[in-house]
Amino acid sequence: MGPEDLDQILKGLPLPKDPKVLVGLDTSDDAGVYQLNDEVALVQTVDFFTPIVDDPFTFGQIAVANALSDVYAMGGTPLTGMNLVAFPIKTLSPSILKEILLGGLSKMEEAGVALVGGHSIEDPEIKYGLAVTGVVHPKKILTNAKAKKGDKLVLTKPLGTGIISTALKGGMASEEAVRKIVESMVTLNQTASEWMKKFGAHACTDITGFSFIGHALEMAIASRVGMVIQSKAIPIFPEAMDYAKLGLIPGGAYSNRDFFSCRVEVHSNVPDLLVDILYDPQTSGGLLISLPSNEAEKLVASLKKEGHIHSCIVGEVVEEPRGKIRLL
Amino acid sequence: MPVIDCRGLACPQPVVNTKQALDQLKEGELVVIVDNASSCGNVERFAQSQGCQVKVERREQNFYLNIQKAKGKNEGNMARPDGKAKKVVIYINSDLLGGGDEALGSFLMKAFLKTLLDLETKPSRLILVNSGVQLAAEGSKVLESLQMLSEKGVEIVCCGTCIDFYELKGKMKTGMISNMYDIIQSMLEADRVIRP
Repeated sequence: MGPEDLDQILKGLPLPKDPKVLVGLDTSDDAGVYQLNDEVALVQTVDFFTPIVDDPFTFGQIAVANALSDVYAMGGTPLTGMNLVAFPIKTLSPSILKEILLGGLSKMEEAGVALVGGHSIEDPEIKYGLAVTGVVHPKKILTNAKAKKGDKLVLTKPLGTGIISTALKGGMASEEAVRKIVESMVTLNQTASEWMKKFGAHACTDITGFSFIGHALEMAIASRVGMVIQSKAIPIFPEAMDYAKLGLIPGGAYSNRDFFSCRVEVHSNVPDLLVDILYDPQTSGGLLISLPSNEAEKLVASLKKEGHIHSCIVGEVVEEPRGKIRLL
Repeated sequence: MPVIDCRGLACPQPVVNTKQALDQLKEGELVVIVDNASSCGNVERFAQSQGCQVKVERREQNFYLNIQKAKGKNEGNMARPDGKAKKVVIYINSDLLGGGDEALGSFLMKAFLKTLLDLETKPSRLILVNSGVQLAAEGSKVLESLQMLSEKGVEIVCCGTCIDFYELKGKMKTGMISNMYDIIQSMLEADRVIRP
């Protein structure tokens, strides 16, 4: 669902106050965190969606990498997963579902996550995803609410997966573009998460459906800071520009723009097509990390060494304008 | 006038349907109906990217896009599956076409360039190498065809080393002087390289 619809629905829900809920719905964070004792808190999240690539095994991998990402973004370690499956079992071969689940399992194995169960329903449209439980030390939770003035912002994956998936659906994407986004989407945010903890990250979120701008804004609002983003520094898949020009933009990008653009100042030098990509909903996107300025270069260097070759510093945290983004 | 009703369809289907309809349309008007602002924005962009004029009219919750296609703009055979224009490069490495009789070769080259000028589909670039550079120099019998191709947007590129070799510096009448690096680069990036 788009951010505006969701905001309307969640607004005014009678959420019980519980001191053990360390991170809840109120700050639009990636996962919920519940304290068990002084040493351990549970991190929980769930995510599922319809196929975005044709190959079932790859779709399974992407869905799991995407679901686990929320735990990594909180600085947690995922432990167990439960499959969520919707499948038209009467019209499609069960072997397709098997491939999806095998793809998912392969990523869980890579992440060291145990599959402990799941639930399936019959549905005319395939959906797959995962409910994930992980742990984090209650004092080491990385929310989106602690970005500090003077921090640098690091992004770990290129943007444009939504636009390229839309082009793929329309039969207009090049094989090369699809290969690039698949490679990016199946990449776990695990190593990025480990490294950001080593370099003392203050805040983190993962870039998914609400786009780079949406998730960056959530961080700015929750942290009561502003952000200056250098649009030229942002890593993007170059084909996304071509497809955006052809109008292959997912509906979600328009809802993101409608909801978030009132908090974004765009400098006149920034090309419109690039702005479109900044509102593009991402699947299994990278982490956006806010960390002390003197550590940022080191984090980027380490991430590049670990294979996150597109990582780079995309901007910095400022005091004013609070809760807003300036795009240069 | 063809009317493409895309109400109730999710992105990118309205763009796909518009593309198909535009590919079939030689010239003239086309109306696309969509029922949401995102699809309207996307179809408008697509049509504009194909060189069409677009007018949008809102009627209640629907958007009517009137798309005007000019003749010769983005004929289907020049569009790649991803919608970008195909890059065709023509590579000419001699002032003669073919390796037989010299008079015949000269005549054929003249006919080749003249016919190329008449065709709707144009290459993006024409590369002249070796004695081919003489075609773009003073006294060439095909100069007029080359100049007109250049006016129609075909980039004419001449090999600098070859111009020096044939001592044609200062006598070139059309095209730009280029180097091996640029020539190879454009051949590698082309969808097709044609050598007559």
